[in-house]
Order: sequence, then structure tokens, then C-alpha cells
Amino acid sequence: MEEVKLMKGNEAIAHAAIRAGIDGYFGYPITPQSEVLETLEAEMPWRTTGMVVLQAESEVAAINMVYGGAAAGKAVMTSSSSPGISLKQEGISYIAAAELPALIVNVMRGGPGLGTIQPSQADYFQATKGGGHGDYHLIVLSPASVQEMADFVVEGIDLSFKYRTPVMILADGVVGQMMEKVVLPPFRPRRTDEQVREQCPWAAMGKGDRKHRNIVTSLELDPAPMEVNNERLQATYKRIAENEARCKEFYTDDAEYLIVAFGSIARISLKAIEEMREMGIKVGLLRPVTLWPFPTKEIERLSKQVKGILTVELNAGQMIEDVKLAAECKIPVHHFGRMGGIVPNPGEITHAFLSAFPEAKQN
Amino acid sequence: MTTEEIIQSGKKVYERPRLLTENITHYCPGCGHGVVHKLVAEVIDELGIEDRTVGVAPVGCAVFAYNYIDVDWIEAAHGRAPAIATAVSRLYPNDVVFTYQGDGDLAAIGTAETIHAANRGENIVIIFINNAIYGMTGGQMAPTTLLGQKTATTPYGRQADLNGFPIKISDILAQLDGTCYVTRQAVFTTAATRKTKAALKKAFQNAMAHKGTSVVEVVSNCPSGWKLSPEKANEWLNEHMLEKYPLGDIKNV
Repeated sequence: MEEVKLMKGNEAIAHAAIRAGIDGYFGYPITPQSEVLETLEAEMPWRTTGMVVLQAESEVAAINMVYGGAAAGKAVMTSSSSPGISLKQEGISYIAAAELPALIVNVMRGGPGLGTIQPSQADYFQATKGGGHGDYHLIVLSPASVQEMADFVVEGIDLSFKYRTPVMILADGVVGQMMEKVVLPPFRPRRTDEQVREQCPWAAMGKGDRKHRNIVTSLELDPAPMEVNNERLQATYKRIAENEARCKEFYTDDAEYLIVAFGSIARISLKAIEEMREMGIKVGLLRPVTLWPFPTKEIERLSKQVKGILTVELNAGQMIEDVKLAAECKIPVHHFGRMGGIVPNPGEITHAFLSAFPEAKQN
Repeated sequence: MTTEEIIQSGKKVYERPRLLTENITHYCPGCGHGVVHKLVAEVIDELGIEDRTVGVAPVGCAVFAYNYIDVDWIEAAHGRAPAIATAVSRLYPNDVVFTYQGDGDLAAIGTAETIHAANRGENIVIIFINNAIYGMTGGQMAPTTLLGQKTATTPYGRQADLNGFPIKISDILAQLDGTCYVTRQAVFTTAATRKTKAALKKAFQNAMAHKGTSVVEVVSNCPSGWKLSPEKANEWLNEHMLEKYPLGDIKNV
């Protein structure tokens, strides 16, 4: 029988990591995600699964430990919050460039700068458009519940190995801090060193019986092969874009208007939509589950059905750019957002919707 | 015995280390890197650990170290080699993991990673090439550049009031409880080179015995960056570098 537990999203990340067979976690404390490292240290998985847990001296060191572990073929991860994720960007670029699997969790807080410890979604651009230097993408998963925090650890590390590319769980501070019911994923064993050697023939883990040496690097000074390296990365991103875009739709069958929102705000928006439906306004919700690749096709389809779209975000309007691209400016697309750590309630969202589309109420 | 007599005897007295690849190095004539690479290759071979050794290459002149020594390698971001080595060593406790870093990589941009890896007593070998200059980028000031030394960014010589003081990072690392062996060696003479090889061997043996962090600093030269011939560079090293960076074991537990 499934065991239902009550815990914070951050705690669920930690428990799911142990159960997913993660080999190493390297982190540095920062609010509002410190429970990930705290939970792992309290659970002492090195005594059970053999998982390595280490508090690094900085986010910079932590992401480079992830790079090292990933280069050696291991399933490794880190977590942080916005300012710490900024520090990790150089390392993330290297991991992407070296075509390594890794899982990075960002429990977003308000910025810019030191900002606030309250929830935010202001790192959307950073996560989905690059973040570090060079042409690369992360697969970006957007959890809206504690259950998804747990589930996406397993899915995230598996996707990262499937495509040999880093995956980010981009959670807002609400999802990290709130407590909910969760069914933790089943235990699966960590891979043995022999399995790593077999599954990751590229890994720099010591030559063993291999005749040639493995070199993990992102350096190529000759522009012709460097362009080939870039083309290989882009081919991977194309495959990911074709196969991994995910979203969830609510009340879209008969929708005349659409709200697009991700993370915790999608759930608050759903509450607003249910209130508006009681008022006779046919609004639907599209919640992107992957922020990159973005569910462009689904929004494009719905943009031919609805009269207007409102994006609701905990930022000044970031995802709206992708929504507008998907809708190709055929219908009005408006934004409602709160910043600085403010989380709007359903009434505010309803009010924002009716301000953007006053004609919706008259129909 | 003269050189010709040795050749005529047909007795093999030296051969290219088995683990040194056939690749022609990109190092400048007279540079110490080639000598240290040779020693590292010999030591790994002699200890029989090539199957479980992982090297971590820096950013700097030794960025292409992975082209020359036939073991598995990971190329680090600038300064981050000890963090990478930390993860590999912890995830593969039976591996012998070493970093190969220059003065800028280890003692400027990577100071935090260096000190904290050593302070945790990570079971790794840190090979630190100190030539008091940034060679790869064209001869700028390094953290270890001597006072008065001219570089591309201290064209009138390093001045303490403008540029601070040369850092003796190995002495700092020796203060940390996590280090088991910290030594400063050189490769500018045959005798010094032999001592360096013995130091490297000891450091790798420490890693095999899981004794903690070993640091082998090699005071080296940079004929191109110093704008001296290889011979004059070694003389300059002897006359100036060793006064600030004296050779010998700093810590040996």
C-alpha cells in the first residue's frame, strides 16, 4: 500500500533523491531551500544507499562538484535559490557544454540582487533562455505541488541521462516551503560502478580495462570542430523540443479565454477560474509543466479557440514572451504579476482578468 | 663514461614514460610543465594505478594536460579543480584523484576551492605549478608574482601598495588539519627534478593510503612570460624565486 506522508516540498526533494538512487548531492545553505540539505544530512543516506552528501564551501564549489561527479558518470544533483543559482551559472554552462547529466533545483525567491526570501518566479528568463554563457538549454520542469517536487527528482535525473543534458527543477518558494500530502517514489538502487562503466562509456572514472583514456572537456580551440560540437548540442535540443514539451489543461474544452500560469500560481489561478466559471465566464487554464521546452503547440492550438490570454506570473512578465510567440499575436495576450515576494489571491487574479478582458463579463 | 660510450654500449638508460602520450606538447621551450608531466606519468606508471587515476586539468597553460598523460581526465573551469576532484574522490573512494593547477588557478580565482578541499582533508593530490606569472593569457601578474617583478599588468614591477604581496599559499595550506603532506620542490636542475619526483610519489602514495590532502608545489619557470631564455629563466628562478619560495617539506605528517 502506498504510504502517504505530510512534508514540505524541499523535504520531498531530499527524500526522493535518496529513493531515486542519486549518487551524490552537493549543496550550500540558502533560504528558502535549506531543508533539502538539512533533510539529507539528517537522513544520513551514506549509511543506507551509499549516497554522498556534502555541504560545499559555496554554490560555485557545489556546482563544480556536480560537474565532477557527472563527468565521472554518477547521478548527481544540487539545489539552491535564486542568488545561489546565479553563482552556479558558469558551472551549469560547462555541464551543458560537456554533455553531462545532472539535476539542479532552484527554489526561487524574489530578486534582483539579494532581494527577499519570499516566493518568486523571476528566474524564468534565466532558466529557460540560457542563464550562463553560450548557446545551450536546460530541460526545465515546473512543479506545482509537493508531489511533483518528489516525482520530478526521478523524472529529472532520468531525463538528464536520456539526453545527457542538465535538467532544472524550477520551483517557486511556495512549492518549496508548503506542506502537503505526498507519496514518495519507490526505492531503486544506485547503479554499481560496473553499471556506470557500462552505461556511461564516456565517463572519466579511471580507465579500468579500457584501452583509451576518457576526457571530459568543453574546450575546443579549433572553430570548425567547435561548430560541430554546437551543432550536436542543438540537435539534442531539437529532439528534446519535439518530444518532451508537457503541459496540463483545465476547463479548456469550451474555454473562450485562457489563463497561462506555472507553478504554485497555476493552482491559485485555477481557483480564480472556478470562481469566474460560477459567474458564467468560460475561462480555461493551461499550466506548462516543462518551461523549456515550452508547450508552444498547445498554446498555438488554443489561441485559435479563445478570444484572449492572460498570463499570471510572480514576476514582471517573463513567460508572457513565450506565450505571445506561441499565439503569434493573433489574439490579445496580457500579463498580471506580483513581484517582490507577494503572492496574489484568487480574487486579485479574477480582478486582473476582468480588467484585461472587460467584455468577458458582458457576454 | 662519456655520452658516446653510453650510446655505444647499447644499454638502455632512459626511455619515454609509457603513460606520456605521443602528442607534441604546446609548451614553450624550456618550460617546466613538460618535466612535471613526465614525472607524473612516471609516478602513476610505477605505482601501477593508471586504471584508477583521474586527473583534473586547470585553466591556464596546463589546460591541455589531458592530451599528454594517458589517464582519464576532467577539464575544470578556472580555479574549480579541487571541487571536481572532491566529488570524484568521494564517489570513487578507490580512485586516485589529482589536480594539476597553476598559480592563478589555485591561488587566485580558485583560492576558496583549494583551501576548503584541503581543509576537508579530501583524499586528493594537488600539484601546484608556481611560475609567478599568467603564462597562457600573455604574462600578466599572478598572486605569486614577486615584488618588483615586471609583468604585462605590472609593467613597472609589482608594488605592494598597488598590487599587494606575493602569496605563499602552500604555507597556508600546511596550517590546515586536512593536509597530510605539503612540500615545495622545483625542476630547474636534475637534482631538484629527482626530489620532485620523490615528492610526487609520496603524494600519490598518500592518496592510495587515504591519508588526506597532499600538496606538491613546484617552483617553475616561464621563459616566455619572463622574457628570458630557458637558461636565464632557470638562473632567475634560482636567484629570485627560491628566496621567497624556499624548497623543502613544509608539512609531513
